[in-house]
Amino acid sequence: MAKKIKQNLIGGIINRPGCSKEYKTGTWRTICPIWDEEKCIHCLQCVQFCPENCISVKNGKRKKTNLNYCKGCGICSQVCPIKIIKMK
Amino acid sequence: MANENFKKKILTGAYAAAEAMRQINPGVVSFYPITPQTPIIEKYSQFVAKGLVDSEIIEVESEHSAMSAIVGAQASGVRAMTATSSQGLALMWEILGIASGLRLPIVMPVVNRTLSSPLNIHCDHSDSMGCRDLGWIQIFSENNQEVYENILLAMKVAEQIKLPVMVMQDGFITSHCVEIVKIFSDKIIQNFLGEYNPAYSLLDTKNPISIGSLISQPYYSEIKFQQIQAMNQVKKKYLQIGKEFSKITKRKHEYFEKYQLDDAEVAIVCMSSTAGTVKATINKMRKKGFKVGLLKPILFRPFPYQEILQALSHLKAVTVLDRSTSLGAHPPLFGEILNSVNHDILVTSYIFGLGGEDIFESEIEEIFKKMLVGKIYKKRN
Repeated sequence: MAKKIKQNLIGGIINRPGCSKEYKTGTWRTICPIWDEEKCIHCLQCVQFCPENCISVKNGKRKKTNLNYCKGCGICSQVCPIKIIKMK
Repeated sequence: MANENFKKKILTGAYAAAEAMRQINPGVVSFYPITPQTPIIEKYSQFVAKGLVDSEIIEVESEHSAMSAIVGAQASGVRAMTATSSQGLALMWEILGIASGLRLPIVMPVVNRTLSSPLNIHCDHSDSMGCRDLGWIQIFSENNQEVYENILLAMKVAEQIKLPVMVMQDGFITSHCVEIVKIFSDKIIQNFLGEYNPAYSLLDTKNPISIGSLISQPYYSEIKFQQIQAMNQVKKKYLQIGKEFSKITKRKHEYFEKYQLDDAEVAIVCMSSTAGTVKATINKMRKKGFKVGLLKPILFRPFPYQEILQALSHLKAVTVLDRSTSLGAHPPLFGEILNSVNHDILVTSYIFGLGGEDIFESEIEEIFKKMLVGKIYKKRN
């Protein structure tokens, strides 16, 4: 759930750009992707397919899933060619 | 003798609405014709052709688009107006809720015409009654002068409260009939209205905003509650601005008009042009010694329950004349009056004038006489 703001503007007007970041969709998750970092071949398939864009990349290597926004859809686990992302 | 403050012009109700729009000089006006509203935009387009107004005109392909264009224009930070009737208002329904939800102070003249089916182009109030709960302030006008003044008053109320307003007039009966209308000088009206300075607008690039975003559960009710609170403030603001406007118009601008009501025994409650017929009947009956009166609600949304209770509390019987039905429920005005008055007043309901059917003085006199001899027994059920 998003952080409660003190004063709502009338008519649901939003005057701060990028505030959808405050809406942490990670609370929707019922199952969690467990990624085996050691076995990963960094093909970046999961990065391409993640609908929430919550897997970041640095120097051609994927980083941990940002669980603040991961809804637990399991797409990363499905597309992983060597099946090292398990949904638990 | 010429008076600099006002000119008397011979105008139809529709032209009076167009005159008010000319003095407001909105930034954007969208046009879509529908009988009997068409003379408003017809007259307004003449003003545009003569260069009397600076409005950007958008000719749209339906009323749904007409209202959508106005919502976009008003959100961009200018005054925006359109006018409609009947089926057009029905087609706007979806966007009416959006306009009030986004708190855009749009003022729209509505020329009342019945809704299909059966197809009919004449006056009744079923179109505006159909959208009475959509968060629009609703003001009903009896004659051409009221049409003109109510639109100007509505503009100021709308902008201070940030809610949209519909200003109603009766189709053909008001919109196409000619009367003398006092048109106040442009300078006086522009001083009264002032400049429109919205707190937020889409074209204000220094303070960017987004509107119409998805609002999830915890916020939705809070934002709706703000709308309810705004609606509750309308009555006070309406009276306050009405007093200010009275200095210009020399007429009262209140929630309702009382005609011979204070010493009356029985009264009729009805809105818009029929009030004129009732007043004429009252004048005749008063001469014969019958104590009869009229209450004509002007502000229908928000409805002034307490004030109407006070105005009607001394009466024996009240008859509510509705020019629309609410199928499966009490007629709209009757329902509101029932909710206002005490249990010891007999309140009864008549539906009249659907599809433009005429009502005559003799019929109104009959209703008054029935009330006076106590022949109206129907109580609330």
